Amino acid sequence: MLYREAGQFKTTYVADQQIFPIRQDRIGVIAVLVFAFLVVPFIANQYWFSAILVPTLIFALAALGLNILTGYAGQLSLGSAAFMAVGAFAAYNFVLRVPGMPLLVAFALAGCCAALVGIVFGLPSLRIKGFYLAVATLAAQFFVVWALVKFPWFSNYSSSGVITAQKMEILGVSFDTPLMKYMLVLSLVTVLALAAKNMVRSSIGRAWMAVRDMDVAAEVIGIRIMRTKLMAFAISSFYCGVAGALYAYAYLGTVEPEAFTLDLSFRILFMVIIGGVGSILGSFLGAAFITLLPILLSVLVHTMNELLRAVFSVSLPASITSNLEFVVFGGLIIFFLIVEPHGLARLWQIGKEKLRLWPFPH
Amino acid sequence: MQFFFEVLIGGLLSGVMYSLVALGFVLIYKASGVFNFAQGSMVFFAALTFVGLQQESGLSLWLALPVTLGAMVILGLLIERIVLRPLVNQPQISLFMATIGLSFLIEGVTQMLWGASPRGLELGIEDQPFDWLMDRTGLNVSQFDLFAAVVSGVLVSALAIFFQHTRIGRALRAVADDHQAALSIGIPLQYIWAIVWAVAGFVALVAGLMWGARNGVQFALTFTALKALPVLILGGFESIPGAIVGGLIVGATEKLAEVYIGPHVGGGIEGWFPYVLALLFLLVRPEGLFGEKRIDRV
Repeated sequence: MLYREAGQFKTTYVADQQIFPIRQDRIGVIAVLVFAFLVVPFIANQYWFSAILVPTLIFALAALGLNILTGYAGQLSLGSAAFMAVGAFAAYNFVLRVPGMPLLVAFALAGCCAALVGIVFGLPSLRIKGFYLAVATLAAQFFVVWALVKFPWFSNYSSSGVITAQKMEILGVSFDTPLMKYMLVLSLVTVLALAAKNMVRSSIGRAWMAVRDMDVAAEVIGIRIMRTKLMAFAISSFYCGVAGALYAYAYLGTVEPEAFTLDLSFRILFMVIIGGVGSILGSFLGAAFITLLPILLSVLVHTMNELLRAVFSVSLPASITSNLEFVVFGGLIIFFLIVEPHGLARLWQIGKEKLRLWPFPH
Repeated sequence: MQFFFEVLIGGLLSGVMYSLVALGFVLIYKASGVFNFAQGSMVFFAALTFVGLQQESGLSLWLALPVTLGAMVILGLLIERIVLRPLVNQPQISLFMATIGLSFLIEGVTQMLWGASPRGLELGIEDQPFDWLMDRTGLNVSQFDLFAAVVSGVLVSALAIFFQHTRIGRALRAVADDHQAALSIGIPLQYIWAIVWAVAGFVALVAGLMWGARNGVQFALTFTALKALPVLILGGFESIPGAIVGGLIVGATEKLAEVYIGPHVGGGIEGWFPYVLALLFLLVRPEGLFGEKRIDRV
């Protein structure tokens, strides 16, 4: 009953082509944005900003990129961390070597560099599909990280190989407190997420979905496969590049190749799987889930330890606590794939379906 | 010239080790169409269980071997029951992602059971060069590497015969082509999958013993699985001889590239050279040297 779209008539083409045509959706999204921009800065503390909100938003952006590539265009990729690394190092070098470079322009250019690298490593997708493509992207992952380490020009010939990211400053306003970093990341992610939502329902998005479902048929009806696939790689890498630049500047504070290992690629893939393949909302849900899960687990283990110590005066061995995260991650992936292969976003959709009828039974 | 041969032989022998891991992949892919990303963790689990039984429970080598084999068979059965059966006929991507989750799960459980410190594995064969070969030709070939090569050869021949000439082997190939079609002609799917995963577990055990004896049993063993991926691409996903040939090529080119091309670009190219090689190979021959040709042209 709450989610009825009956009675919402569109009288102009513009109204018909809105991103959120259902009034309840619009209200929900605006409420979330108002909450994130205006309420959270006052109620959250420093820990929440720097350890939970900022990494969730950054990973959501990277997951968005991977979702565009794997979820909408159907090209499996295990190299997202490599594109993030390209973005981070490119942003660093642009700010370093071009005097007076504005920060946002540096981020945009870093995304473009990542897009170019993405196109290069996306070229194999024109001839290979499925796991073979995943292995090709693994090649990208290993090669890019090796190249960033081997050629010291990228890290400005620093002796330790770990460079501190420059301070962020836009139009004289400096972004060094956790609150300011959160606002910057939130603004960028909102803009890019809106752009992604628009992109996937436009003709390029439909072309991606056609290629994902059956690329032979897509080519038969006239969709240009090369342009579509390379565009998917380019845009996905752009998103991952900007996410990587934000990861280095707003979260880690350093620009180093070791932060962008295969492990990170897998984490982003897990976010996409758990959140929902082929869904913009799913990227956010998956990122929140994967970021919060280790914290939840450690709190759980801690309280269980306290309880056990108080009641039985024995505590869990360290081998269990440290490996619990692996086991739970792996188990959850399998659980989600069996029970709900379309992820958390599908659960949300089912909830909305139920809301159409609630509280009536039928 | 002699140095070249030494590097070549060393590369070939290390390639044989890669193909041991790749064999497990090929077996499972050939029989159930699932690309088992968890093979690396299974190798780790097998090796660590073997060493753990030897060191902590004090079992002798010949007793620990069948016990570990039993554990691998049970692991295979559990995987088939809990992960594969609910995912019958789902798209390949889902199964692949399920095996990624499985690999994390197995790694975590292994380290929970046996701890995270690296351990050494003794098989009684030393990593020393053959003296008589050294005296005759001056070549430096490790005894252990040669033993691993012989073991792999025997294993591959046995598996190839098994797949080609027995009824169960044919049933396995039928299942790999199409699960539902195989069911419809009466092949007992669960029974076949249990066999396949058990055999893959056995191969993982052999690979784990070889790799563990060479490099020690530690967490990095799971990443050897990643090294097997270029081997699979070169050899073809469904071919057992392909796994061996691919392994030899990858091992040899990796070492040769490291020795001869490496110094010009600063070294350390072992990490990505096999992947780039596989990538270039894919552009020319997407199904690998011995894989099934799937024509998907527009």
